[in-house]
Amino acid sequence: MSDENITAGYLDMDLLRFTTAGSVDDGKSTLIGRLLYDSKNTFEDQMEAVERSSKQRGDENINLALLTDGLRAEREQGITIDVAYRYFATPKRKFIIADTPGHIQYTRNMVTGASTANLAIILVDARLGVIEQTCRHAFIADLLRIRHIVLAVNKMDLVEYSQEAFDKIVDEFKRFASRLDNLVDITAIPISALHGDNVVTKSDKMPWYHGPDLLYHLETVYIGSDHNHVDPRFPVQWVIRPHSDEHHDYRGYAGRVAGGVFKPGDDVVIQPSGFATKIKSIDSFEGPVEEAFAPLSVTVTLEDEIDISRGDMIAKPNNQPHKSQEIDAMICWFSDKTKLALRGKYFLRHTTREVKAIVEEVRYKVNINTLHKIEDDLEFSLNDIGRISLRTSAPLLYDSYRRNRITGSFILIDQHTNETVAAGMIV
Amino acid sequence: MDSQIHSYQVNHLKQLESEAIFILRETAAQFDKPALLFSGGKDSIVMAHLARKAFHPARLPFPLLHIDTGHNFPETLTYRDEFVADLKARLIVALVQDSIDRGTAREEKGPNPSRNAIQTVTLLEAIESNQFDACLGGGRRDEEKARAKERFFSHRDDFGQWDPKNQRPELWNIFNGRKHHGEHFRVFPLSNWTEMDVWQYIKAEKIPLPNLYFTHERVVFKRAGAWLAVSEFVTLGEDEEPLKKTVRFRTIGDMTCTGAVESEASTLDEIIQEVATARQTERGTRADDKRSETAMEDRKKEGYF
Repeated sequence: MSDENITAGYLDMDLLRFTTAGSVDDGKSTLIGRLLYDSKNTFEDQMEAVERSSKQRGDENINLALLTDGLRAEREQGITIDVAYRYFATPKRKFIIADTPGHIQYTRNMVTGASTANLAIILVDARLGVIEQTCRHAFIADLLRIRHIVLAVNKMDLVEYSQEAFDKIVDEFKRFASRLDNLVDITAIPISALHGDNVVTKSDKMPWYHGPDLLYHLETVYIGSDHNHVDPRFPVQWVIRPHSDEHHDYRGYAGRVAGGVFKPGDDVVIQPSGFATKIKSIDSFEGPVEEAFAPLSVTVTLEDEIDISRGDMIAKPNNQPHKSQEIDAMICWFSDKTKLALRGKYFLRHTTREVKAIVEEVRYKVNINTLHKIEDDLEFSLNDIGRISLRTSAPLLYDSYRRNRITGSFILIDQHTNETVAAGMIV
Repeated sequence: MDSQIHSYQVNHLKQLESEAIFILRETAAQFDKPALLFSGGKDSIVMAHLARKAFHPARLPFPLLHIDTGHNFPETLTYRDEFVADLKARLIVALVQDSIDRGTAREEKGPNPSRNAIQTVTLLEAIESNQFDACLGGGRRDEEKARAKERFFSHRDDFGQWDPKNQRPELWNIFNGRKHHGEHFRVFPLSNWTEMDVWQYIKAEKIPLPNLYFTHERVVFKRAGAWLAVSEFVTLGEDEEPLKKTVRFRTIGDMTCTGAVESEASTLDEIIQEVATARQTERGTRADDKRSETAMEDRKKEGYF
């Protein structure tokens, strides 16, 4: 391949973000290490450093987990502290892995990693099958609305590469998944991360398996429709006013399209004011563009001079976001220092808007292993997930999370410590 | 054009660009007095280029801040001044020498004196005296293992320290820049970029770079496995022999700690080809990272870039 071809191919790549979920000892770090190593995305000096550390720690084999565990405390204690992001690329795609560790902050970490993922790899140990944690992982993937799931049945070498064992696990998983709303695209792959079977190349040990190997699937799964291109939503992030002679009257609204498609000439409505106008132009540094859609960052100018500021939302007259000060949401509690307080007040951040919110009602918590509602213990502490009602100090302009991940999500911030204490998905 | 209009596919560079522009605008919106840390290296050049795009046709709503160790490659300073003039940006230079003269920083002793560590002092002093509440940095998570743990919006306490075990979770594209008086943030718009992405973007956007990144002849010597440039800032040991080599730099830092690689790459395509086949990370040439296994983490906790 000539240099030009490499360049051209690279410029044509798209981006897949995925998260990995597994219980302790499911071989998650080994799998990630294998993906990075076998796709030739690790460097010699990294591998040498890992070999050196493995030896120093007295590990029997090269410990691929050390590729992902970067902090002193992690290396000393052999644990992963929080979400680590890893990058690799093949000629087809660039990948961002959100590696979410287990231990005490498990749910919090997986929710964080899942919030930006297109795909989740759920690992199960072929000897153990679908266990409580597997259901928990599936529930979180569903809650965060990850469209594509890979059920990676690992350690196939320890069950003699048996089709029967694999089929049984897949059936069990699908039975559980049928109770969840959004888990529709499930691909099950039998692998051995340790030996590399079906990870980046097809294994010859499982001739009964006719599906793709893991990397091929990651490279080819269709993710084009993951953004909402139906409901036009443009949260205003920053107002551009150059105050220069050349652009004396220029007033541009900068932001990142959160949904739908915008074109010059479109009739639009500005919320919360309700003013109607038209899009005059959609600008970029390179000049005007013909259309803008998620996830592009652009600058919009309007036909009329209207008072618009950060936190306002541009939509279309026939397709507008909900506007309300009362919202119902599923939340995951993130703080290990405080608990959710009924009548408690928090800062709420939603798109580019920040308001105050008060907790009006705690409806239920979810036992995420069984999916049962808990209604007799409503105290939310670290990792708890459930449904609450909030009242806000000013209207939110939102869609349901199911319809749009960007306009349907928010975080709660503690007013005293400024910490992010909860992630919310509007029902 | 017609065939593209309804596919809504966006390639990965466009996605990374869009994300970085979002972060830059978010920084301008959430903070009172941000600054963009500019070193004259390729990552900060790309970041400044993205900032220009983010606020076009207005000028950058924040100044550039250069922490000047005095150990720069002369080419870096020439490039910096031209770049800043072209951008019509405001440049603030904070000199490590001033911190040394004030007695707040002390020059390292020994055979391999580096101002790498003490520039943290100058950086924190510049943040305090200018009352900056957010500093945009070009750090990337793929660079180094401690950096892999960084947030886009990374909180610093009122001593400028990073607490990696107690970071704010970041979900969707919602970023929490709330802080108490005296605290500040470091913001990393290029978090999700790799070295390859940066080079591809430089090519796609035709961004001019300092010529240090391209092949040239230079007198170098070997120290701790790296080719360092012979300059007024280093003293050669008895067994260190100056040699003329054909080299280029993969990263640019101080002359005292930035190693060159032997390379004939004279165009961006050749560099991209080299990056694609490289078997060493780019920071493999940085002596400052090799002082210990957690050298970067330790410096970052103190307030380093």
